[in-house]
Amino acid sequence: MEILNQWAFIGVFAVAAPIFPALPILIAWILRPSKPNVLKSQTYECGVETVGDTWVQFRVQYYIYGLIFLIFDVEMVLLFPWAMAYNRLDAFASIVGVIFILLLLDGLLYAWNKGVLEWK
Amino acid sequence: MEITIITIAFIVFSLISLVGAYGVVTCHNLFRGTIWLMVSLFGAAGMFVLLSAPFLAAVQVLVYIGAIAILFTFAVMLTRSVSNLKTRFNRLNINIAAAVALFALLVVGIIAPVFISNPNLQQPISTVTRTTIDLGESFGSGNSFALPFEVASLLLTATMIGAIVIARETDDEV
Amino acid sequence: MDCTGLCDALYKGGLDQGIAQFISLLVGVLLVSGVPLITVILLIWVERKIAARIQDRIGPNRVGPFGLLQTFADLLKLLIKEDITPTAADRLLYNAAPLVSFASVLLIWGVIPYTPYHFGANLEIGVLYMVAVASLGTLSIMTAGWASNNKYALLGAFRVVALLVSYEIPMVFSLLIPVLLAGSMSLVDIVHAQGGMWFGIMAPISAVLFFISAQAETGRAPFDLIEAESELVAGFNIEYSGMKFGMFFAAEFLHVFTNAILLVVFFFGGWFGPFWDKPLIAFMWLGLKASVFYFISLWIRNTVPRLRIDQVMWFNWFRLVPLSIANVIVIATLVKIMQLINLAPRNLIGASFIEMLPLTIVLLAANVAMGLVIVGQLRTTGRAVRMAAQNRTPVTAAVGD
Repeated sequence: MEILNQWAFIGVFAVAAPIFPALPILIAWILRPSKPNVLKSQTYECGVETVGDTWVQFRVQYYIYGLIFLIFDVEMVLLFPWAMAYNRLDAFASIVGVIFILLLLDGLLYAWNKGVLEWK
Repeated sequence: MEITIITIAFIVFSLISLVGAYGVVTCHNLFRGTIWLMVSLFGAAGMFVLLSAPFLAAVQVLVYIGAIAILFTFAVMLTRSVSNLKTRFNRLNINIAAAVALFALLVVGIIAPVFISNPNLQQPISTVTRTTIDLGESFGSGNSFALPFEVASLLLTATMIGAIVIARETDDEV
Repeated sequence: MDCTGLCDALYKGGLDQGIAQFISLLVGVLLVSGVPLITVILLIWVERKIAARIQDRIGPNRVGPFGLLQTFADLLKLLIKEDITPTAADRLLYNAAPLVSFASVLLIWGVIPYTPYHFGANLEIGVLYMVAVASLGTLSIMTAGWASNNKYALLGAFRVVALLVSYEIPMVFSLLIPVLLAGSMSLVDIVHAQGGMWFGIMAPISAVLFFISAQAETGRAPFDLIEAESELVAGFNIEYSGMKFGMFFAAEFLHVFTNAILLVVFFFGGWFGPFWDKPLIAFMWLGLKASVFYFISLWIRNTVPRLRIDQVMWFNWFRLVPLSIANVIVIATLVKIMQLINLAPRNLIGASFIEMLPLTIVLLAANVAMGLVIVGQLRTTGRAVRMAAQNRTPVTAAVGD
């Protein structure tokens, strides 16, 4: 199980990786002064008191970018195995891949034309 | 069944998935619920690694945690009162009883007999040796999964078009 | 799992096999992560010195010779700063965000091949692992913005995430080319496949695409509207102080150098160079090449002005994404044609320079042609925008005479 040996490394690394930045933060927690007072702990708004809830004018634009990113993400993920096996396949693989990409380019062109990609 | 490091890993990832799922369902704060969901899916990704399918594990993390969690967060922002969901719209006790009963039925009726009768299922890892490059070959060769590959692309394009139609701001010249 | 080297030594010394394996893995983790952690300490000094020199000033030169100990002075300062956590913040997520952000960059180093014989893990899906781990960083920024319970932090976080998510597309598309050429997603194999010819010479547009998207992914100029201090104060990390802020800071610096190393691994031969079979020299080549690209990215950062968010998004969705898609199609088609007429080797690992030459020439010509088209197109667009801006300048003569 050579594969699992490599992943075991990643497993240990994944547990150790958040510990490395946690150490300085822990040391800081020990070393630093702690004098909380009401004013310091308030939410920052350029020195003024906050007005209203933490409610932000949310733009649909963010959501649309996220959505299109999601579609392209899945597409890219499917393209990687194709790219891996590309060298050992014949011309048909090339056509398959190009059609796959062109279909998604089609979707992108639709988004382009509908003006959805512009940041208004 | 011997306790190997793989069994321990299996137990750890199962626990992560279950605890995450429990967190999603019981959390009062929508944003925290999204984070619990990602924890649970991370557990699922770990299971995929144990099943010798690291590609699927990477897909889980990349697509779910990298894209869908972000989208969930954006969607959460679109709803007000994210942190004080205290009203309960259903009856808790009956629901718990029904869920437990259904689960018990599933285990006794379907899962246990299959598990006991097939020794292959009693190992937490698989001995499958097909790899990601085989998956790629099946995508590209004519006598394998090339057509589902293309259909997947078509499906993605349709999704994109549908999402844009729904999500964009309507103007007069639709 | 097989047990070799240190694990074997410990096992023979009487430890249980599981524990021996764990300890050898732990030592491996410490060695592998030692490189980025030591590097980040140096990087902070390098960054400040180079920024200073480009801005025609000296930079830190008081603490230690040439200001080398400046990083430790900064570290000490951040350690003893009071950590002001706003009362309304979401404790657990607020504290976890800097940890996940730094961890997501550190985890990338687990798959980078330092020398032909030394690497953390040779994953079959190395490239996807790297992208997946980098996307964890995006989530941590979102969490930081949310958990601070601050309007400005949230707004900053949204913009950052929209930017990161948009530029991830050309970055990952440009990574398809090394995977396609090498026939493997494993970074170790990708470096080995560049023995005959570096991928950056065969596909320079992909290298440029990766460089630009990576520059945007870390929020470096000209895409640094994330840290636009005059606009949103400090963006998503307003409410972070002390060492937690320090961790975000360090994560960003490390991310830039990580991108330089990845650019070298994917496109510029990794540890290849004269005498590459000696591990120390191979490691030196990797570091040297990565430093060159790191310097270039710092150079750009300190020279160009900041772009607006709508310009940044336009550039991504209307230029980079279509270009990266067209790039993949063109290169895939050309590679297959060359392979079918037997002018290009099917397995690039172990191919020699001469074998790679025809493919290199064809691909390079295609890239240059595409590049000329792109640059010409950008100049036209630039000219049009400039003309439009000029025609809109107000006329100073009195109106209504």
